[in-house]
Amino acid sequence: MAKVPVQFTLNGSEKAEFVDSGTTLLHALRDKIGDTSPKGGCHQGSCGACSVIIDGELRLSCLTLAETCDGAVISTTSGLSDSGVLHPLQRAFLDTFATQCGFCTPGMIMAAKVLLDHTPNPSRDEVVEALSGNICRCTGYEPIIQAVLTVARSNSQNAA
Amino acid sequence: MAIRRGRGVAAINYPTGMNLGGDPTQALVHSTPTGNFMVTLSSVDLGQGMKQIMAQICAETIGVPTDRVVVDTADTDTGPHCMGTFASRGTHRAGNAVIQAAREARQVMLEVAAEELEVNASDLETDGQGNILVKGAPQKSISIFDVALSAHFKRGRSISGRGMFLIPRSYPEKETGAMKPSTCYAHACTVAEVEVDDETGEVTVLTVKNVFEIGRALNPKMVEQQLVGGSWMGISHALYETTEPYYPNRDHGGTDFNQYLMPGPGDLAETEIIVLERPSADGPYGAKGPGEMCANPQIPAVANAVFDAVGVRIDTLPITPERILRALKAQAAN
Ligand code: FES
Ligand code: FES
Repeated sequence: MAKVPVQFTLNGSEKAEFVDSGTTLLHALRDKIGDTSPKGGCHQGSCGACSVIIDGELRLSCLTLAETCDGAVISTTSGLSDSGVLHPLQRAFLDTFATQCGFCTPGMIMAAKVLLDHTPNPSRDEVVEALSGNICRCTGYEPIIQAVLTVARSNSQNAA
Repeated sequence: MAIRRGRGVAAINYPTGMNLGGDPTQALVHSTPTGNFMVTLSSVDLGQGMKQIMAQICAETIGVPTDRVVVDTADTDTGPHCMGTFASRGTHRAGNAVIQAAREARQVMLEVAAEELEVNASDLETDGQGNILVKGAPQKSISIFDVALSAHFKRGRSISGRGMFLIPRSYPEKETGAMKPSTCYAHACTVAEVEVDDETGEVTVLTVKNVFEIGRALNPKMVEQQLVGGSWMGISHALYETTEPYYPNRDHGGTDFNQYLMPGPGDLAETEIIVLERPSADGPYGAKGPGEMCANPQIPAVANAVFDAVGVRIDTLPITPERILRALKAQAAN
């Protein structure tokens, strides 16, 4: 099968790959580029573990074909920390013990980041809504909701 | 047709570990040349915090800061024998093995320090900060870093220890059936409040109040994390989770986890957690196994609350709207 060239920006750096037509972005990121922060939970669009941000929108990388990402700007959780300093969401997930096995965590953080990028000071209901496409087996969700609300509160203090 | 409220309570008694064929875990501890300590286990950390707790236990026993301990749970083929992390046994079994191994390593460490300081090993103590001091004369001291260097390069000693913890299998006495299937029990009690719609059979859990008695909480924040997640999972078992949610027959059953229901972040009950610490006699620093039992008492509590609300006993899990409606119909027919 003919390979398809794709080029995109991943966490600020240019990536170019040849992929088989029909390859998912999740597969391209994890197995070709080596960014294993998006996780493959269900590969069917129902768990959210593979969530990434494409051109500012939250997307499921298991349902996104790599070849449709030509020219896109993609962010994943592995690109969030800045020279070893954790992103506020990563810090908050640690501080509120919002991660246990950690399998859902990168997807949760991506979902929370898109929410906070658009709505820096969301209500609890908005947080719940934003996380509702992501499944967690371990935490019971409350610590994750609290992590996101912690960042939201510090956003509103910084704005004040 | 109405929304009816009910409240249910349940208490449980939960054994730590299992009684199938003897329940062993082994551990090895050794120092690196720079005086860090490695704990080698084949007990797997799957998110419950095994590595953190074993590092704390080893550090406490040897007398060094926790960040001087590295836990390697790499390989069940080649590591010291462990039955596995299940049955809430990890902290209790592996923790005890780590204590024994760390004690032996500590003894060698003190012997080497004693030779360096020209005193008796029994006159030495650790300061918990990485130094070994002479009791009553703390100005006379040596760092564990230097002790490890001496052991490795000068004295040819291995600062290491072996640990083994075994709960032997208990068989029932022939005459009475009496046996001791476990040496250590955790306890929990839950009160759940529900609303049941007697037209649709739908159950909403309003509040869950849990008290957990878990021995000593070796890491209180991680214990809380486990209990909060477990309480949610208990509700999930009570009302949602099954591999066969569909009717009338198996052909309509779920085929993968996409059809496996669990409550999401929008379905959370107001949850309260209280931890009681009654240190266990044979637990590592008094710990018991809080793992699995944290998701148990919610199930009978919810079933009892449903009974309190609408007067029907559901004895098959999960308590689905269909089961409630069938039971209500049967009740009305009687
Ligand atoms: S792996 Fe993409 S949604 Fe589950
Ligand atoms: S932390 Fe395990 S799935 Fe969320």
